Amino acid sequence: MATITDPATEWELAPPMSARLRGSLGATYRAARRDKVLAFSITVLLIGLFLAFFAPTLARTDYERTDPVNRLLGPSTDHWFGTDNWGRDVFDRTIVGTRLSFLVGASVTVVSTVIGVSVTLVISYFRLLDSILMRVVDGFLAFPTILLALALISLIGPSVGNIIIALSVTATAGKIRLVRGAVLSLRESTYVEAAKAVGVPVPRILMFHVLPNIVSIIIVQATFTLAGAILAEASLSFLGAGVPEYVPSWGNIIATGQGYMQVGFHISFFPGLFLTITVLAVVLIGDSIRDHLDPKLRGRLKTTAHS
Amino acid sequence: MLRYITQRVLVSIPVIFMVGIITFTLVYIGPGDPAAIIAGDEATPEILERIRHDLGFDRPFLVQMGEWFLNLLRGDLGTSYFSGREITFLITPRLQPTLSLGFQVVVLSTIIGISAGMLAAWKAGTRLDKNLMVLAVLGFATPGFWLAFLTIWVFAVNLGWFPVIGYKPLSAGLIPHFHSMFLPVMVNSILASAFISRITRSAMLEVLREDYIRTARAKGASEFSVFLRHAFRPSAIPVVTVIGASIAALATGFVLTETIFAIPGLGRMLVDAIVRRDYPIIQALLMVVATVLIGVNLIVDILYAYIDPRIRY
Repeated sequence: MATITDPATEWELAPPMSARLRGSLGATYRAARRDKVLAFSITVLLIGLFLAFFAPTLARTDYERTDPVNRLLGPSTDHWFGTDNWGRDVFDRTIVGTRLSFLVGASVTVVSTVIGVSVTLVISYFRLLDSILMRVVDGFLAFPTILLALALISLIGPSVGNIIIALSVTATAGKIRLVRGAVLSLRESTYVEAAKAVGVPVPRILMFHVLPNIVSIIIVQATFTLAGAILAEASLSFLGAGVPEYVPSWGNIIATGQGYMQVGFHISFFPGLFLTITVLAVVLIGDSIRDHLDPKLRGRLKTTAHS
Repeated sequence: MLRYITQRVLVSIPVIFMVGIITFTLVYIGPGDPAAIIAGDEATPEILERIRHDLGFDRPFLVQMGEWFLNLLRGDLGTSYFSGREITFLITPRLQPTLSLGFQVVVLSTIIGISAGMLAAWKAGTRLDKNLMVLAVLGFATPGFWLAFLTIWVFAVNLGWFPVIGYKPLSAGLIPHFHSMFLPVMVNSILASAFISRITRSAMLEVLREDYIRTARAKGASEFSVFLRHAFRPSAIPVVTVIGASIAALATGFVLTETIFAIPGLGRMLVDAIVRRDYPIIQALLMVVATVLIGVNLIVDILYAYIDPRIRY
C-alpha cells in the first residue's frame, strides 16, 4: 500500500539558502556568457548601482552649488556633459540622479511586491475580505498610475518618501490582482487539495505549496514594476511634482533643459539617455528571466502603464 | 449577447462607485485646508470658520460624500476654488484637444502596431523581425517626455518644420490643426505602437502553431489568407486587450505631452490644478478619466465576445 507523503518535505530537503544563491548566481553568469543582450543589461544595472552608491564621492564639482559665470556651457573636457542654466555640472548631476531613480525604483518594487504578495496570500482564503479587497483594487487600478500619483503627491506634499508611497499604491494594487489570479488557479489544483487532505495547515500550504509556484510570475512582474517606477519617478520630477529642484533627478534635469532647448540641448539629452538605457536594461532582464523561467509566459504578463 | 452586455455594464457600476469613494476620500483626508486656499494668506480664524460653514466643510464625512455623489449624478462636477466657476464649464473647451489627440494616436498606433507585429510574425526569426523587435523594445523603454524633447529639437528647433509649441484648434482649419498636432501625435503613437506590436507578434506566433493553421496550409490556402483569415482573428483578443491598456497609458502620456507641447487639454488642466492645489478640479478630473477608462474596459470586454463567440459568462 502506497503511503502518502507530505509534498512539503521535498522543500525541506532543498539545499540551504547560501548554496541555492550561489547556484543561481552561477546560472546567471552562465546565461550571460551565452546571451550578449543579458550581459549588456546586467552590466548597465551594475554600473547604475555603483553610481547610486558612490556618485557623490565621484562627482568632481559641488553639484548643488550654482556658478553663474559658467552657465550653459557645452560638453568639454572640464564638463563632460556641459553645464546647466545655473552653471552646475550636468555630468555630476546626472550620475547623482542615479541614486534617486534606483532608490525609488527599488523601494516601490520591494514594497509593492512584499505587501501585494503577503496580503493576497492571506486574504484569498477569506471569501468576504477577498471580494471587498478586490473591489478596492479594481477602483485603484481604474486610475492611470501617474495621474493618481500626481494627485496623491499634491495632497501629501513632494518628498522622496511620498513619491515612493504614491507609486507603491498602484503598483501594489496591480500585484494583488496578478498574484490573486495565480493563487486562485493553484487553490483548485490537485496537489493543494492533496496537501489539504493529509491535514497540512493552511499557512503551511500557502508558504510551501502555493508561494514557490508563483515566484516566477512575481519575479518577472517585479522587473516591470522596477522599470515602470523608474520611469514614473522621472515623469513626476519632470512635471515638478518630485523632489526639489536643487536635488538632482533625471526628470528634473530634463525639465530644466526643456527651457533652454536652443542653446542647452546637452542638459536634457544626457540624463534622458541614462534613463532610457536603464529602463531598457531592466526590461531586457525581465524578458530574459521570463524566457528562462517559463517560455509559456511570453506576452501574457501585463506591464505597468507606460508614460 | 444582450445579456452579456447588461452583465458587463452592471459589473462596472461598483467599480465607478469605488473610484468615487477613493477620489473623495483622498481629498478629504488630505492635509490641505480648502478654506485656507480660498481665503488666501491673510484670513483670520473667524473668516476661515465662516467659509468652512458656508461651503459645508464642517458636516460629517458621509454627508459630504453623499452630496458629492448626488451632484455627480446630476452632472455637476463641483466648483473650482481658483476661478470660482463650475468645473463642467471649465472642462468643455478642454475636451477637443485631448479627444483629437487621443483619437489620432489610437488610430495611428493601432495601424502601425498591428502591421509591424504581423510583419514580424510573418518573417519570424529573420533580420527584419529582429530589427522590428529591437525598435519595439526601444520604444517600450523610451520615456515619452524625452522622446518629445528630441523630436522638438530635431523637427521644430533645427529643421523648423513644425512650431515648437502652439496648438491650433479644429476651427482654425483641418490642415493647421493636424500640422500643430503632428509631433505630439507621432511621439505618443510610436510609444503605443511599440507595445501593440510586441503583443501582436507573440499572439500571432502562438496562433500560427495551432493545428487548424496547419490544416489551412495543407488544404492549400495561400499564406496571405492563412494570415489574415485564419490567424488574425483568434490572435485579436490579446491585441484588443493591449489597445485598451495602451489607452490607459495614453491618459498618463497626455499629461506629459500636453505640458511639453502646450496643448490646452485635460492633462494640462490637471497639472495646472495641481500647481494651484485646486482640489475640486483634481477630484473631478480623476473621476472623469477613471470613468472613461472603465468605459474603455467595458468596450474591450464586449469586443471579446464579438471576436470570440466562445466567450460567454
